[in-house]
Amino acid sequence: MNVAAAEATRLSPAIDAGGGGVAAATAAAPWFELHAISKRYGGVQALSSVDIALRSGEVHCLCGQNGSGKSTLIKIMAGVEQPDTGGRIVIGGKVYPHLTPTASMRLGVQVIYQDLSLFPNLGVAENIAIGQHLGRWHTVDRAAMLRTATAAMRSIGVALDPQALVSTLSIAQRQLVAICRAMASDARLLVMDEPTASLTRHEVDALLALTHQLKDRGVAIIFVSHRLDEVMEVAERVTVLRDGVSQGCFDATEMTDQRLTTLMTGQAFHYTPRRLDHGAAPMVLEARGLSRAGEYEDIDLQVRAGEILGITGLLGSGRTELALSLFGMTQPDGGEIRVDGQVVALRSNRDAIGHGIAYLAEDRLSHGLIVAQSIGSNIIVSVLDELLNGFGLVAERSRESAVRRGVDDLHIKTDNPDNAVSTLSGGNQQRVVLAKWLATRPRVLILDSPTVGVDVAAKDGIYEVIRTLAAQGLAVIMISDEIPEVLFHSDRILVMARGRISHSFDASRVSADELQEAVHG
Amino acid sequence: MNASPEPLLAGLKRGLGPVNLRLLALLLALSVLFAGTAGPQMFSAASLRSMAFQLPELGLLSLAMMVPLLSGGLDLSIIATANLSALTMAWVLTHGLPAEPGLWWALWQLGAVLAGMLVAACVGLLNGYLIAHLRVSPILATLGTMTLVKGITVGLTHGGVVSGFPAPVLFLGHGTVAGVPVALLLFAVVAIPVGVMLSRSPFGVTVAMVGSNEVATRYSGVDTPWVLMRVYVLSACLAAIAGLVMMARFDSANAAYGESYLLVTILAAVLGGVNPTGGFGRVSGLVIALVILQLISTAASMLDLSQFLTLSIWGATLIGVAGTTALRAWWMRRRLMSPSALAVDGLKTAGIAVAPAGTIDRGR
Amino acid sequence: MAETWRRWRGTQELRLMTVLLAIGAVLWVATPGFGSAQNLMDMLTSSAFTAILATGLLMVLVAGGVDISFAATASITQYVALSLANQGHLGWVGLLLVAVVLGALLGLVNALLVTTLGLSSIIVTIATQSLYYGLLMAATNGQDIFALPAWFNDGLHWVFHVDAHGGEHALNLQIVALALVCGFTGWLLTRTSIGRQIFAMGGNPEAARRVGFPVFRLNLLVYGFMGAVAGLASLVHAQLVQSVSPSALVGRELDVLAAVVLGGASLNGGIGSVPGTLLGVALLAVLQNGLTLLGVSSYWSQLCTGGVILAAVVMMAHQGRRPMARSKAEAA
Repeated sequence: MNVAAAEATRLSPAIDAGGGGVAAATAAAPWFELHAISKRYGGVQALSSVDIALRSGEVHCLCGQNGSGKSTLIKIMAGVEQPDTGGRIVIGGKVYPHLTPTASMRLGVQVIYQDLSLFPNLGVAENIAIGQHLGRWHTVDRAAMLRTATAAMRSIGVALDPQALVSTLSIAQRQLVAICRAMASDARLLVMDEPTASLTRHEVDALLALTHQLKDRGVAIIFVSHRLDEVMEVAERVTVLRDGVSQGCFDATEMTDQRLTTLMTGQAFHYTPRRLDHGAAPMVLEARGLSRAGEYEDIDLQVRAGEILGITGLLGSGRTELALSLFGMTQPDGGEIRVDGQVVALRSNRDAIGHGIAYLAEDRLSHGLIVAQSIGSNIIVSVLDELLNGFGLVAERSRESAVRRGVDDLHIKTDNPDNAVSTLSGGNQQRVVLAKWLATRPRVLILDSPTVGVDVAAKDGIYEVIRTLAAQGLAVIMISDEIPEVLFHSDRILVMARGRISHSFDASRVSADELQEAVHG
Repeated sequence: MNASPEPLLAGLKRGLGPVNLRLLALLLALSVLFAGTAGPQMFSAASLRSMAFQLPELGLLSLAMMVPLLSGGLDLSIIATANLSALTMAWVLTHGLPAEPGLWWALWQLGAVLAGMLVAACVGLLNGYLIAHLRVSPILATLGTMTLVKGITVGLTHGGVVSGFPAPVLFLGHGTVAGVPVALLLFAVVAIPVGVMLSRSPFGVTVAMVGSNEVATRYSGVDTPWVLMRVYVLSACLAAIAGLVMMARFDSANAAYGESYLLVTILAAVLGGVNPTGGFGRVSGLVIALVILQLISTAASMLDLSQFLTLSIWGATLIGVAGTTALRAWWMRRRLMSPSALAVDGLKTAGIAVAPAGTIDRGR
Repeated sequence: MAETWRRWRGTQELRLMTVLLAIGAVLWVATPGFGSAQNLMDMLTSSAFTAILATGLLMVLVAGGVDISFAATASITQYVALSLANQGHLGWVGLLLVAVVLGALLGLVNALLVTTLGLSSIIVTIATQSLYYGLLMAATNGQDIFALPAWFNDGLHWVFHVDAHGGEHALNLQIVALALVCGFTGWLLTRTSIGRQIFAMGGNPEAARRVGFPVFRLNLLVYGFMGAVAGLASLVHAQLVQSVSPSALVGRELDVLAAVVLGGASLNGGIGSVPGTLLGVALLAVLQNGLTLLGVSSYWSQLCTGGVILAAVVMMAHQGRRPMARSKAEAA
């Protein structure tokens, strides 16, 4: 199937690479090909006979969940790993049996990893022209570095202060620096690993426009992403990986969200909107006129027991800032917060937890979990004072039963709760965080982007958990970027923009397009 | 009804943990080696007693260093604090102590000890404030307080020595109870509760959590600035007790005693399995490491080697232990790599994130 | 010019310079002897040892590591080189060569251990410090060497200025060595590709590896350099005090670290400069000197130094929080 697809594209350039003289000349033959690439690590088959073929100026999307083999494939392209025997890498018509990182860079393969691999303590110009420092001993030519940097920036229409330290730049700006660096090294194949993860809408648009520009210059691009709307905007073809096996190479126009999900997971997930009436339930958490300078303004919200309130909006709309104030980590300047109708002053998150408010942080690995410590320790960290014996020490039995309860209730897949959290998958890690908060017997659960970095199949499990908790009477606030997630799993939806609530919807009565419009419009 | 030996052994192995087991193995190996070279008189009563007299000083100071290490920091000011406390206690003891033994005489001495602890606690509060509230990095903060405290002690004493202590203090330094040195008993009386506290109390558990990830611990509802505050006050108080023991052993107090111990305490802690970046470590491991270091020191003196050579061997031991750990990790990584990859590169990592379950002793 | 000003504004170096000038001005007015050329030369000479070591340590810090063993290394090189000189085997060139090469070798051991053991550099260098110092003291029994070759004791005396009274102002070994080391290090760090690679490695070691920088060789270089510099510094010290004492240098490591950190170097790596380091050393030296001239008992000088260090680190911690606030606002 895969070979046939490759053959097909080679013979019929029906999907054109777009304008640009250079691209047209090479439109027919693929420039970069991977044939029958396999890779085995010890007992794990990371890749099985994967084929990919790219023409110059083609934008190709690589989709797959964690563990699908994407990162291994990228490492092989970059020469950091070697394919097992039988696999072939062909660049510009020549076969390269042993590609090294230096060789692949010289051939024009540039990978921009998710962490961008920039040097925050150095300036923009120096980061862009970093290649100048390679090679034998020589003195630094500042003027040449500046020239290279400004040329690279100009070629893609970017204007950054060349002397600014990268540590002072925003993520979007750093990404531009990374791309400039790739261009300064004469990139012919640019691999971008989940580039849009932390960007605002505007920044995403700018990045996608840049992608078009690069395409016109004949640069082939591999875009690793699973966000279908972005995929549709730029990609011509999509390759989907699952468990190391390529599910095929598809025309972007043939792809739908459902189809992509099914291909990535092998399962089909169907969600219907919730239709539940919570009007009679008691009001658990309420905010009136809540404001905090520079973050959010005049927020009114109510959540009842058993209700799921979805909050969405663009990055920077104040959602997380609001959540932090509801959780007591920051104090609002004005307005009030009420729990069970009583006004509360939350001076710290300990006060909030005391009132039954729990918060699952957006950044699971840095703020939500203590990754080096054991699963059990993470589960009980917030309730240590409840597990004490007469001497003020943590009682073994209480601890064990609390851990067991957490693991069982949340169905955390582990053979030993003394293992470090780092041994778990993303979905299981999120369950540990949930277990930790449930141990505090909360009345309100605030979830901030709960399924980021979680595979589609595991996401389903988490939605199950959330629905069950709501059914048991918990009030849930779910903050999310993903419109379908908010649409199908909330009872009501608030849209935030620039620190204010711009829209309020009943989830069962609004369509995905309306919601999309409200968020982006 | 006899419990079958198998589960008991397994339980013991699990309770001790991999780090302690390796340390005990090292201790056993060294004991055999030294018994062979220095002779069995190494383990004579006299020799053991001598070891028992020397261990408490370094032991208490290492405890004082271990607590901040667990929290992800460091306390460079422990020696200076120990000396400041000792000088405080010494001053109180030599100014106004009733001549005749009696109630006041005893209370005065207790008061002296309390005064020393109080002074140390103040230093600890300063460290805690700098690190927890002003967010100064622990190395820099304690470097500053170390210089400041040393400056105070030198300024007040002009480098001189304070001596002339009453009998109970001298008994602490030189006396024995049932053949066991009083100082060692004091060490045990301090180390055991501290060990239990660090592994079983809410405070101890949160110290380790803070050491692994302070921000996440704070988000989980723990008052981390308060935890850090207590860490450094505890460290300072432990240093004060160490100062008392030094004072009792040397019959005098001085601004510069024990300075060469500072880095050794870090060495002892790391040898004992304390993770230098925080989060993991047990007092039991520290104690075994201290015994190992003491054994080496005694063997060296029995073999008529310079005490300085002991210092070298200590350094070499840490390097050796770290080397074997690194070797094991490298060997385990190699076993996961495919043959073709092995052929291409020798020592580069396989690129798989394999969580090394059990290579660091968690000790809960 | 405006460009340079913009780059220096708000930096640690500028703040240090301001404080230093302020203290200097106060001392100039308050004490008769402070501003004299002789006093300044003496200060320079006596702080050369610390400054040279600080410069070497700066290189290690910028690379992202730390070294606590340099004082022990210096003790060894001092002893070995001058013992050989005493036996008539070496002249100036030989002496310098032995000290520097031996120091470099001891530093290379550090580099190897740091890269292969997987232990943090502070722990490794604590271990090597114990190892080196212990071996030296055991081998020498702590014996000082009081008799050094006459040509060594004379040192250097390069007259550069004769004043109205016929008094000579001369450059000595200390100042020359200091100038050489600082000049070379400054040039290496800011003007050569190797230096920039070191900065890069300190800022993001993983990225440095990906870009293709030879991380292992760079580590060999910085630790080896620290060792070599310690070797040179050891001779500078021996010439100044006209003797070799194996136990005199160990114990000063943290003072040197304090000076480097005061000068703006970050313990996390990737940040630091030679001018900053020199200013850090200068600040502490001027403070000491000033207190002595003001008649303050030398027993209190350490207290003042401690106070200054604390004030500086608190200020730096406060500064460290501000850049975050700025970029967060930009991202919104």
